[in-house]
Amino acid sequence: MSDYLEKLEGVTDAADPTLGDIDIQNYTINFGPQHPAAHGVLRLVLELDGEIIERVDPHVGLLHRGTEKLIEYKTYMQALPYFDRLDYCSPLCMEHSYVLAVEKLLDLEVPIRAQYLRVFFAELTRISNHMLNLGSHVMDVGAMTPNLWLFEIREDCLNFFERASGARMHSAYFRPGGVHQDVPLKLLTDIGEWLDTRLPRLFEDAISLVADNRIFKQRNVDIATVSREDAIKWGFSGPMIRGSGIPWDIRKAQPYDVYGKMDFEVPVGTRGDCYDRFMVRVEEVRQSARIMRQCLNEMPEGPIASLDRKVVPPKRGEMKRSMEALIHHFKLYTEGFHVPAGDVYVATESPKGEFGVYLVADGSNKPYRCKIRPTAFSHLQAADFMSKGHMLADTTAILGAMDIVFGECDR
Amino acid sequence: MRAPAPAYTANDGVIEAATAALGARLDLATDLVGEVALHVARDSLVETMTALRDTPGLEYQQLMEIAGVDYPDRGVERFEVVYCLLSLTRNHRIRVHVRTDDTLPVPSVTGIWPVAGWLEREVYDMYGVLFSGNADLRRILTDYGFRGHPQRKDFPLTGYVEVRYSEEAKRVVYEPVQLAQDFRNFDFMSPWEGAEYILPGDEKAKLPEEKGAPTPLKADEIQKADAAQSAKVAPTEAKTTETPAQTGAGKAEPDATPKPQNPDVTPTPGKGQNL
Repeated sequence: MSDYLEKLEGVTDAADPTLGDIDIQNYTINFGPQHPAAHGVLRLVLELDGEIIERVDPHVGLLHRGTEKLIEYKTYMQALPYFDRLDYCSPLCMEHSYVLAVEKLLDLEVPIRAQYLRVFFAELTRISNHMLNLGSHVMDVGAMTPNLWLFEIREDCLNFFERASGARMHSAYFRPGGVHQDVPLKLLTDIGEWLDTRLPRLFEDAISLVADNRIFKQRNVDIATVSREDAIKWGFSGPMIRGSGIPWDIRKAQPYDVYGKMDFEVPVGTRGDCYDRFMVRVEEVRQSARIMRQCLNEMPEGPIASLDRKVVPPKRGEMKRSMEALIHHFKLYTEGFHVPAGDVYVATESPKGEFGVYLVADGSNKPYRCKIRPTAFSHLQAADFMSKGHMLADTTAILGAMDIVFGECDR
Repeated sequence: MRAPAPAYTANDGVIEAATAALGARLDLATDLVGEVALHVARDSLVETMTALRDTPGLEYQQLMEIAGVDYPDRGVERFEVVYCLLSLTRNHRIRVHVRTDDTLPVPSVTGIWPVAGWLEREVYDMYGVLFSGNADLRRILTDYGFRGHPQRKDFPLTGYVEVRYSEEAKRVVYEPVQLAQDFRNFDFMSPWEGAEYILPGDEKAKLPEEKGAPTPLKADEIQKADAAQSAKVAPTEAKTTETPAQTGAGKAEPDATPKPQNPDVTPTPGKGQNL
């Protein structure tokens, strides 16, 4: 190379004065699809000028499973478990949007205990999701220990899900009309004890290691700042829009279930950088614990699902004794319920942002169209302008602060 | 509304404000299931969206979602593109519907909301709806080199190709889909609600009939017909077993054939299993 350059040195051509100048091209590399910090199967085509990112072209869809198409061929009840498998880090919050959309079309009343249970477990899901995201974000920028401690908490959450629904991750616990089954009292008291002792101890310990850490701040402060205007234009939601300083939380602004009765605060960032997004999530965990405590204190006794037998199947014991219950059971588990024609767009505050379901019903027992609004689409699309001018190593911090899961992004 | 769905500001006055702001561009405005939907003209979509964003009293700052829907039964302009807008200041949601087909392009709204870029790419990928003005209208979710638009109602659920790793070719190969079992699609439409399929026995209802009701048979005719029927089949042999020979014991099976030789068994005639 060096003798080649020496040969070119001093070569000039009057007709083409640039001849002899060394032509430097930007360097293009693939980040992923198999990269530990890509949080799934993300392929980023990065155009680099030295170590500075010039352009990012995310290629998504490597995990596309055709969920929306499959749902069109399933009854409303059979479609529910697909939602667990969208954002597999926060399965119950995915179900929440869907059951609320179906209930809105049916105009179905939900018993108050079911609403409390749904809010309670949605917040537990938020905690478990943030444990994964905060931990992996910290690990992406170089720290190991907090991730291990945060995974302890996540493991506790998954055990609680198992005790409530029978499944650790894909719970299928929320149903149109309420929840699948009631929870034992011991589970609620155990979670209450966990909220007061184990969660704050482990969580505050882990966060105290990173929140004021010099290296962590060097890697995150002033990285990928997003202004309020950009956050609105790019359709941001959840911790991403709050990190940019807009106090927008669907739980607060458009309360669903019993969020209207809950007393909690919405944290916002001041600079709109990766560190703000991280700290917004940290505070959200504390607020989630606060909501869960209120649920435990206020949750009344009563039915856990609507008593409308044309939508919610009877319990097995009842089905064995009553002829009418048997007929309802058979009809609901074969044909399912019919939903009146109409279309709704229902969005809830999932841990990652606004997760919406646009449901078109044609009066039959299957959705005519079920469009899922992933949170990741708008956030990942903004990766291009957020990364521009940053170093290659900042990509992982930016991705970590976006909180992207490809089950949901690719559907 | 009894359902515990997200409660935003009431829809009162939204349709009036939108009608005033959009004028002739608005074809139809509905307020169903608690949601306002505006059906607008396709060609002036960008002006419509700008008006919805900037008019005081509407102020839909955020575009949250673009959804495609396929209605093949409509014939012309079978696709509907649905824009879900959100107002952060007024805390309200609205939907904007536009109709198109697979050749007429929809004006892109990327100039108003850059987030529309990927959302329009997805609608293009899934339905083949074209967006004029989108500078980067590539496929997004489907495979590299995919053909067809999978969310269309006439696209089969299984798709047309499947992939596997071929040990011979040492790479992933694409092959036509072969299913070991037929796809089971149950039709739960009740026969009373106008099912279109034919159940076994339904064809009898469609047999051509003579005019008028058939004359019922008289009692003596029925008796005669029964007698003729029973006279035809007379028992030839009494069905009794008198001797053991009649049971057929000891005889070889009528269709007995020599058993095929098992190659694993060495015959040891008369010596038993252990020689």
